[in-house]
Amino acid sequence: MKEVDCMIDVNQVTGGYSNEPIIKDVSLNVLKYEFFGIIGPNGSGKTTLAKLLSALLPVQTGAIQLAGRPLSEYAPKELARLMAVLPQHSSQTFSYTVYETVSLGRYAHQKGFFNSFTQEDEEIVQDVMRQTGVVDYQHAKLDELSGGERQRVYLAQALAQKPAILLLDEPTNHLDLAYQKDLLDVLKRWTLENKLTVISIFHDLNLAGLYCDRLLLLKNGQNIICDKPDEVLKKERLECVYGTKIEKNPHPKVPKPQIMLVPEQLSRAIEPEEIGPHLLKHIDDMIWLQTPTPMKTMSSSVTGAGLGWYRHFVNRHVDKGYDCSDHRAEMKRYLIEKGLDPNDTAGMMTAVHLEQAASGLFEGDGFSVFVMVTAGVGNALDVTQGEQHVKAYTPGTINTWVLVNGDMRDESFIQAIVTATEAKTKALREMAVMDQLTGNVATGTSTDSILIAATQKGTVLEFAGPIAPLGQVVARGVYECTIQALKNDRNWRHDS
Amino acid sequence: MFSKTRRIAAYPLLVIALVWAVLMGISIGTVHIPILSVVNIIWSNIFQTPLAAHVADMHENIVMNIRLPRVVLSGLVGASLAIAGAAFQGLLRNPLADPYTIGVSSGASVGAVLTLFFNLSLPFIGLYTLPVVSIMASFITIFLVLFFARQVDRTMRVETIILTGVIFSSFLGAMISLMIALTGEELRQIIGWLLGSVAMRGWEYVGIILPFFIIGTVILLLHAKELNAMSFGEDQAKHLGVNVERKKLNVLIAGSLLTGAAVAVSGTIGFVGLVIPHFIRILWGPDHKHLLPLSILAGAAFLILADLVSRIIIAPAVLPIGVITALIGAPIFALILMRRRFERS
Repeated sequence: MKEVDCMIDVNQVTGGYSNEPIIKDVSLNVLKYEFFGIIGPNGSGKTTLAKLLSALLPVQTGAIQLAGRPLSEYAPKELARLMAVLPQHSSQTFSYTVYETVSLGRYAHQKGFFNSFTQEDEEIVQDVMRQTGVVDYQHAKLDELSGGERQRVYLAQALAQKPAILLLDEPTNHLDLAYQKDLLDVLKRWTLENKLTVISIFHDLNLAGLYCDRLLLLKNGQNIICDKPDEVLKKERLECVYGTKIEKNPHPKVPKPQIMLVPEQLSRAIEPEEIGPHLLKHIDDMIWLQTPTPMKTMSSSVTGAGLGWYRHFVNRHVDKGYDCSDHRAEMKRYLIEKGLDPNDTAGMMTAVHLEQAASGLFEGDGFSVFVMVTAGVGNALDVTQGEQHVKAYTPGTINTWVLVNGDMRDESFIQAIVTATEAKTKALREMAVMDQLTGNVATGTSTDSILIAATQKGTVLEFAGPIAPLGQVVARGVYECTIQALKNDRNWRHDS
Repeated sequence: MFSKTRRIAAYPLLVIALVWAVLMGISIGTVHIPILSVVNIIWSNIFQTPLAAHVADMHENIVMNIRLPRVVLSGLVGASLAIAGAAFQGLLRNPLADPYTIGVSSGASVGAVLTLFFNLSLPFIGLYTLPVVSIMASFITIFLVLFFARQVDRTMRVETIILTGVIFSSFLGAMISLMIALTGEELRQIIGWLLGSVAMRGWEYVGIILPFFIIGTVILLLHAKELNAMSFGEDQAKHLGVNVERKKLNVLIAGSLLTGAAVAVSGTIGFVGLVIPHFIRILWGPDHKHLLPLSILAGAAFLILADLVSRIIIAPAVLPIGVITALIGAPIFALILMRRRFERS
């Protein structure tokens, strides 16, 4: 790293209040135009470190360099021109106006005996008030504003200092979601545009992970790790530092990790009731399975597609002439009509008559799998010949449910889909189902749907490939149920 | 909202009020002197022009030797107490702080009461013994308060200073009570002084307070921006680039200088330092750039009028001025507080 690129260099610093050092032997460096986050549990010394960096507290041992110069050599005004601080709390005894408050940010730039306020100062004050969106109420008193508005006024004051470094202590504390995002977006933009170096204390690990280039994790005043968010926000590390159980997941839209808490009441192991045929109900035109606790589900259903937690599983019969133009909304209406919550339901459709459904409970070692299949082969095709089947979406023809009484990993969900699909294809070949168009053996139909769900309790099932215990049971279950469903379909068509 | 025009209008308004108070203060009394004569006498004495024919010589004597020095003195005392109160309130971020809160007034009082109690008369300064001892005592007090505050807390946080000041005030108040209890015939003199008065002081007392008034006021006016910054908390002021420790010391010294000098020449006059800045802040906002000069004008006018009331209300007897400021100040203060409470709810 080049010397010039280093904005703040903290070298083995120990410091805090009088006798008891709170920060112990912490080293770090912040690069120019970096968005640097400081995280850690309560009492870990985040605020103390910020006070050491802003020279509010003296360093006991070690050294802090700011833009290549020792922090202690800066005169107060010089320091204020280089670094502005947005504090967590600000006392307001007297009701200053927004304009007066922001103007104070120019203090460090005013020279001469009378500290006169120049035209340039005025322009900068107006400019930062526009940037932070407080210009419209510049004549309002601070105590008339909401917490979020006040926070922006103090941000404007800090920016009026025209600093190279902005130090923030939990800047999003009193802000609602939109303001949090707005504030951090603006700060991020300024770092990206090479205008500002930002150091911020974060309470919210997810926000820290989303916006920071690097994170410093403190515990008991010590540097645990200082690295990229992906490295710092490791599940095991955070569980150890914060002393609580968490789960980590990728953010749905951006490649950043997100941390989730696991509430004690919900995670407590209730003696699980086995998911099996006794829960399956045929009501009117749907097969409905309700589980006592939500199941983690990965599916290509109409409602509840993707990854989620659901308690209701529906396979609904619709006529061949069903209008598919807005099937999702229609499906939601249908579920609500049936008294089911669409947010709690993974729902599929099929043109197959539900009497043809085949299902069964398959036992493994310490776990079991309940499989339900409805199979119609009107649209059966060879997967490699798909382009010849130009047909709009019609309701699924082979719908497969695999409900696992066990604790599955993300990877075993994916493996289970592969295994189940292969088992289905094998069953189609066994039953000699043909692609009517090309005359090849069919591998599936044009609109098959699959659902894998697990109770996430009991035996941990890491793999679901064909030779793993779970894979073996899934393969057998799907194969047998698909064969049976195809037979039912044949018999039914034969009869009618 | 404090618009610029409204704030600028405050200056002529208060200047007119002050001039009116000065003229009233000189004109009204046991001997009534017409306002035109007052203007004429002052004009002729400043510019050395001959007096108009209709002005009596006796009137000139009363104006120049009795009423004008008294009005000027009460004006200076009122201005000193008001600006010192404004500065202490901004510095300590406490609208209830004033020279009394941090023990400065009590210190000055102890100095004065000691002089009266032991009938002190220092060589060479004779008549000036009481004011000099009083100012010295206020300085000793503020330095002791700061010293102890620093011993307790090296960064001298505002809370520590207020707490130390309150402890010193109580202790010094007890000392005054002790001396009063031990006094025989001097009791009336001490009590009278404690209640405050600007009567029968003459030009010498104006001469005593004036240099301290000028030095203290100039220092405080130069610290308006720092006081604004420190109103947001000392940490925030530091972040804004204020050299907090040094500026805080400057403000404390200037404030003590003003208070000590005011107490020395007039005794303890309460409520001026508390009510006037509060009043200005509500009318024209908390910005010290305006609060400090406006407090000077309003404080001077207020104390001149209070002194006038004290002279005429039970004439020919004279009420102590401290009684008047408390009688006027306390209800006004209560009204202000109640109005603010209603506005908020």
